Amino acid sequence: MPTPTSDTPRLAIRGIRKVYPSVVANDGIDLTVMPGQIHAVLGENGAGKSTLMKVIYGVIRPDEGELLWEGRPVIISNPAQARSLGIGMVFQHFSLFETLTVVQNVALSIPGKLDLDPLAKRIEEVSERYGLPVDPRRMVHALSVGERQRVEIIRCLLQNPRLLILDEPTSVLTPQAVRKLFETLRQLAAEGVSILYISHKLDEIQELCHKATVLRGGKVTGTCTPAEETPQTMARMMIGVDLPACSHGEPEDGGEVRLLIQGLSHATDDPFGTDLKDIHLEVKAGEIVGIAGVSGNGQQELLRAISGEEPHADKRAVRVCGVEAGHMNAARRRGLGMCFVPEERLGRGAVPRLSLTENILLTAYRKGMLFAGLIRFGVAKRFAEECIKRFDVKCGGAHSEAKSLSGGNLQKFIVGREIMQEPKLLVLAQPTWGVDVGASSFIRQSVLDLRNSGTAVLVISEELEELFEICDRIVVIAKGTLSPSKVTSETNVEEIGMWMSGLWPGAKTQGEATHVA
Amino acid sequence: MWLKFEQRPEPSKVMTYLSPLLAVGLMFLSGLILFLVLGKSPVEGFKVFFLNPLRDSYGVAELFLKATPLMLCAVGLSVGFKANVWNIGAEGQLLIGALAGGWLALHFEGSTSRLLLPGMIVAGALGGMAWAAIPAFLRTRFNANEILTSLMLVYVAELMVSWLVHGPWKDPDGFNFPQTKLFSATATLPLLLAGTRVNVALIFAIGALVVGWIFMNRSFMGYQMKVAGQAEFAGRYAGFSAKRSVWIGMLAGGAMAGVAGISEVAGPIGQITEHISPGYGFAAMIVAFVGRLSPIGIFFSSLLMALLYMGGEQAQQYLNLPSSISKVFQGMLLFFLLGSDVFINFRPRLVRRRK
Repeated sequence: MPTPTSDTPRLAIRGIRKVYPSVVANDGIDLTVMPGQIHAVLGENGAGKSTLMKVIYGVIRPDEGELLWEGRPVIISNPAQARSLGIGMVFQHFSLFETLTVVQNVALSIPGKLDLDPLAKRIEEVSERYGLPVDPRRMVHALSVGERQRVEIIRCLLQNPRLLILDEPTSVLTPQAVRKLFETLRQLAAEGVSILYISHKLDEIQELCHKATVLRGGKVTGTCTPAEETPQTMARMMIGVDLPACSHGEPEDGGEVRLLIQGLSHATDDPFGTDLKDIHLEVKAGEIVGIAGVSGNGQQELLRAISGEEPHADKRAVRVCGVEAGHMNAARRRGLGMCFVPEERLGRGAVPRLSLTENILLTAYRKGMLFAGLIRFGVAKRFAEECIKRFDVKCGGAHSEAKSLSGGNLQKFIVGREIMQEPKLLVLAQPTWGVDVGASSFIRQSVLDLRNSGTAVLVISEELEELFEICDRIVVIAKGTLSPSKVTSETNVEEIGMWMSGLWPGAKTQGEATHVA
Repeated sequence: MWLKFEQRPEPSKVMTYLSPLLAVGLMFLSGLILFLVLGKSPVEGFKVFFLNPLRDSYGVAELFLKATPLMLCAVGLSVGFKANVWNIGAEGQLLIGALAGGWLALHFEGSTSRLLLPGMIVAGALGGMAWAAIPAFLRTRFNANEILTSLMLVYVAELMVSWLVHGPWKDPDGFNFPQTKLFSATATLPLLLAGTRVNVALIFAIGALVVGWIFMNRSFMGYQMKVAGQAEFAGRYAGFSAKRSVWIGMLAGGAMAGVAGISEVAGPIGQITEHISPGYGFAAMIVAFVGRLSPIGIFFSSLLMALLYMGGEQAQQYLNLPSSISKVFQGMLLFFLLGSDVFINFRPRLVRRRK
């Protein structure tokens, strides 16, 4: 690992404080980044990482505190000024126009009029130099997520930044693509570029970063040299307690098939969606099956076809508990014993402006909450209160609006609501996305308990570690097709990572340009 | 120093109810200024507009009479509005309801059957529903915006009324006036109070408020429509039908507007003319929003709106102002309400300008 040499910090921030109406997002934060240093900002969701980065990039103004850029105090009032100082930022959610080409997108972010041809040449130079292959003339909608991230990085690099901020950059990449990104970042650091690397993935930070600043509840709880720490010690700094481990029973053998998908194909209406091609899948009682894949490979479409949010013309394509259900809507499929936890919590899994009691009614109304078409609010309220208690949902009570809950607590509430309906089949999408470490392991344990009591569980997740932790079998989705399944104990992250590029034995897509690589 | 609007962490419950009162206050205030600008004494204007109509029991009865169609239309519309179904064609549905019920009255002229009047009410409701079904169908089948289609159908309905009273339905003994024969006694709504014009339609309206309240606050169907209106994807996730929400929202508005229409022609008017409604179907939208889409609120806001209608007539008689003055007040009320509603989600704060 190269060690930073110069003595003046590239960026030093002192006592940054930012208060929102209901929360103190940053409370007296100090941070120092040296030239050529890869500096991790580590913390759970809601710890204040994003707010801090937005302060540095000039998106929001702090209420107190100062920034020193290469030793001089500066006030950064907008992102354009940040860029002119030499600060570049790659956001977690990309800001690219899908209907434009790569070079057009890049041109939009550079002030002044430009000739596209020389710019395309510069893009090619930069992409070659840093190992970020991308064709500047391709349309963005045709690019994979990994390629789009490269475009974002190249766009920053063209401005010759001296500080590059990356917000959770690996959440959309395969393990192989993560390795390539790390090589690029190390090369940049060796050339003297400072990097602020925001993440909650401890193993990545250990592998990549020289220094780490840990945030919790808007405050700095410690700085460390990741190479000298263990994931356990860093986790303790991040969440304040030790990481709980999940207990795993033996999978039940020969349970009945609760979800059967046979030859499901679906052409999407969305021009940027993914067509599903000839999907076959089987989930039995007492097992957890995981679907791995890089986002945007058909997960959304497959989930909607399974949940019934987008009913299918062929009713035999999906069978729930032995009943042909392809044509049924979500409510009728629930009647067959299926429950579903969607990826988006606010606006899909819960109605933001309704109380928790009213949100219980959304899916659990079959549990004796209706009488002659009228709602029995007492029953719904008791159900909500039990859910809050059993799943340790932190909130003001059953009357709280769903939107007043933090992401992790709302997810516990939704998972609880679905589990308490005692489903025969439970489908979960990104169950722990954006959920803090403590709540994640609680949700995983609840799902494992449910499987041990004989429920069939299907989990779709982009986090491989999660799938390896809880699943009995893993399949991979790539470009709308599904791989054969692998028993978890007989495979490894390397193999599944390969498959995520669409390269599994007998894959029809073999030979085509890989989607992610 | 300058004024900054800051988003509230949660919408203010207090402002939700205070905002209509604020709007009413601002409407009064601008009304006074308006009188002043028109060269009338504001005190005199206020008296004529807002106090004169209520000086005796007959005036109060008239207030309830005019509030009746507003209550009916507004409660029907609010069922749809809560589900993001924007039926703005209640005026047309009201007219078609009047025609459908009125046709029965004319066709069975002289009948003494006790079924005639209930039949007319049912026909009125069905007529309004049929007119509302057109935008509902276009929306659910072709995804046509119901705001446009329901509004355009108002003009079709108006022309239809005009054609019928000038042509086929014209009273042959009516000296060529564009109006039908007067409805017989068996085809006219009984009065509630002798010496006034208030009739049983007021009971229908209050009944509709009660049923509307139960539907919106206690029924599972009402809950499903609320979900569909607030979060479309949550509705789909739960498996609630969005099309059913559109149909119920449109048909509820149509049925209530239709009942309002037949109640006017079988009530105070007593025949079909070209002037069945002074814009009740449009004013009902303001009533619904000032009443916060809640039946209890609608009860009070419909009385306020009725007062504006009566005040306009008084101002015409005693102050020599054009009758459109009541439309000006209606417009101001809606305008100020929309402005005041900003305070529900935002709070004003004085901040010092940064260097």
